Amino acid sequence: METVTDKKIVIETRDIAKVYHDSKIAVQALRDVDLEISEGEFTAIVGPSGSGKTTLLNIIGGLDNPTAGTIKVAGRDISKLKDSERIDFRLHNIGFVFQQYNLIPVLTARENVEFIMLLQKIPVHEMKARSLHLLEEVGLKEKANVRPSELSGGQQQRVAVVRALASRPKFILADEPTANLDSASAANLLDMMARMNQEEGMTFIFSTHDQRVIDKARRVVTLEDGIIKSDEVRS
Amino acid sequence: MMFKLAWRNIWRNKRRTIITIVSIAFAVILSSLMRSMQLGSYERMIDNSVRFYTGYIQIHKLGYWDEQVLDNAFYPPKGLQEQIESLDGVEAAVPRLESFALASFKTRSRGAMVIGIDPEKESHLTGVEHKITEGSKVGLNDPRVLMGSGLADYLNMKVGDTLVLISQGYHGVNAAGKYEYFYGAEGLLTAMAVVTDQPKDVDDVREEILGDLDTTAYEVMGWKTMMPELIQGIEIDNISGIIMLLLLYLVIGFGMFGTFLMMTKERLYEFGVMLSVGMHRSRLQLLIFSEIVLLAILAVLAGFALSLPVINYFSRNPISLPEEYKTAFEKFDIEPIYAFSNEPIVFTSQAWVVFFMALVLSAYPLYKIWKIDPVTAMREGR
Repeated sequence: METVTDKKIVIETRDIAKVYHDSKIAVQALRDVDLEISEGEFTAIVGPSGSGKTTLLNIIGGLDNPTAGTIKVAGRDISKLKDSERIDFRLHNIGFVFQQYNLIPVLTARENVEFIMLLQKIPVHEMKARSLHLLEEVGLKEKANVRPSELSGGQQQRVAVVRALASRPKFILADEPTANLDSASAANLLDMMARMNQEEGMTFIFSTHDQRVIDKARRVVTLEDGIIKSDEVRS
Repeated sequence: MMFKLAWRNIWRNKRRTIITIVSIAFAVILSSLMRSMQLGSYERMIDNSVRFYTGYIQIHKLGYWDEQVLDNAFYPPKGLQEQIESLDGVEAAVPRLESFALASFKTRSRGAMVIGIDPEKESHLTGVEHKITEGSKVGLNDPRVLMGSGLADYLNMKVGDTLVLISQGYHGVNAAGKYEYFYGAEGLLTAMAVVTDQPKDVDDVREEILGDLDTTAYEVMGWKTMMPELIQGIEIDNISGIIMLLLLYLVIGFGMFGTFLMMTKERLYEFGVMLSVGMHRSRLQLLIFSEIVLLAILAVLAGFALSLPVINYFSRNPISLPEEYKTAFEKFDIEPIYAFSNEPIVFTSQAWVVFFMALVLSAYPLYKIWKIDPVTAMREGR
């Protein structure tokens, strides 16, 4: 098995455990998860439903705290950050793509892309130029002024990826990004993300059980019952 | 973009927004009309009462109001009347000498109030010449008297008959003769009533008069002090009106809360996404609060737009009461009409109530956002 050690590590988890207390039952979602992800990776976290993929992604994204262990993102232990610091950290370091209803429905594609930059207080002229440039890159320049309801599912996810990219994050977390897409749209989206990974070196981490995504990934981390079962790096 | 976002968000569910706006606007219309009618009635009641006799302000010798006897009459300082009339907001200063006497005609007699007036000045206050039902108006040096029709009826007097008055004059002199000579009170006044251009000018004018007068010798009283029963009556009636308005707003408040509740519940996933991607809670709260305020502004404006022409029309054209109610109203010296007020407070008070309700009710979504966990929100809001 090949490991990625020659590049800068952006995510590092040590002995991560997560226990949910559902009523009186304690559910162990993750246990002893050690994971290092370096910049430029195109990694899929796979596993059956309930294996802990989304929980791990939430912890990496600073949306949830581990019950035990440490999580360092870009060299910072994010579990120790206060709520507002963590929001700021996410805003400037992590791009998110969710499974559904990702975009703000009342904003146009372009405004959705600009939204994160607005939160980052990026100057308006720069914001506008960057949003248009990114939309052009993914073939959605013509759709810049339409609202999400007028876009197909695949187009919406492409806008979501562009929005995540617009904030110039250290990496992008995508939770089942192709789950609601047809084959053509999924392939299109994956090609776009792979191109951005190769051309711009953007780090992508997916949680998925979609074989199309798994096939494209250059590293596949398999989770089962909250434990890393395998960690395969493909050439 | 935040304003744009708030504006577009309130139109996401057009039907619900319109229903909410219409219901708040309806409440604003109803409450504006109710309040306008209530305040209009009070204004009319006060004006009727004040203009019926006392005037908005009176100047007396110090202590007169507590002991209203002729012996507490005063010699007005030279030029007082002209000085008062020269003040801003003063329409006229109306001199009066008043006391009581036994009024007799043939075999009947009755206690009566006797008022010495300057007929020309008095027309500014009571408009007495317009109330004459028989005979003609009296002049300053006229040998005639003007009698209340009730007293004339009681004494069986007609125009042209001779009235006999018996009383005690100033400082115990025997009352005999006519006018101020009757009371032996030449040059004396019991009150100088002041007519202001606007009822709202009363306090300012009173302050100005007080500044010019020797307050150890004179008292200057506003109508509120002279007619406390009227104020109390209005206050009691006002409370019942306010309770009605509160009930109306309570119902509307539940409607507004329902909208805010739905607005929060159905956007839980979106809130989760916004927090996840890096929007601060305070900013999200500000967004939702802006939406609520915008909704309230739209509703209040719609309410004003619809109620303003109606209230303006009725303030110029009061509703006349049916004939059967007229007698009852006239018994209390109140004009038999439903008057409407178009004072700004009629509208501003509604706006404040709606905004206050929006402010209180917004506590729920704002609290929810404060407490929301993005992961739970995205799971539950799906």
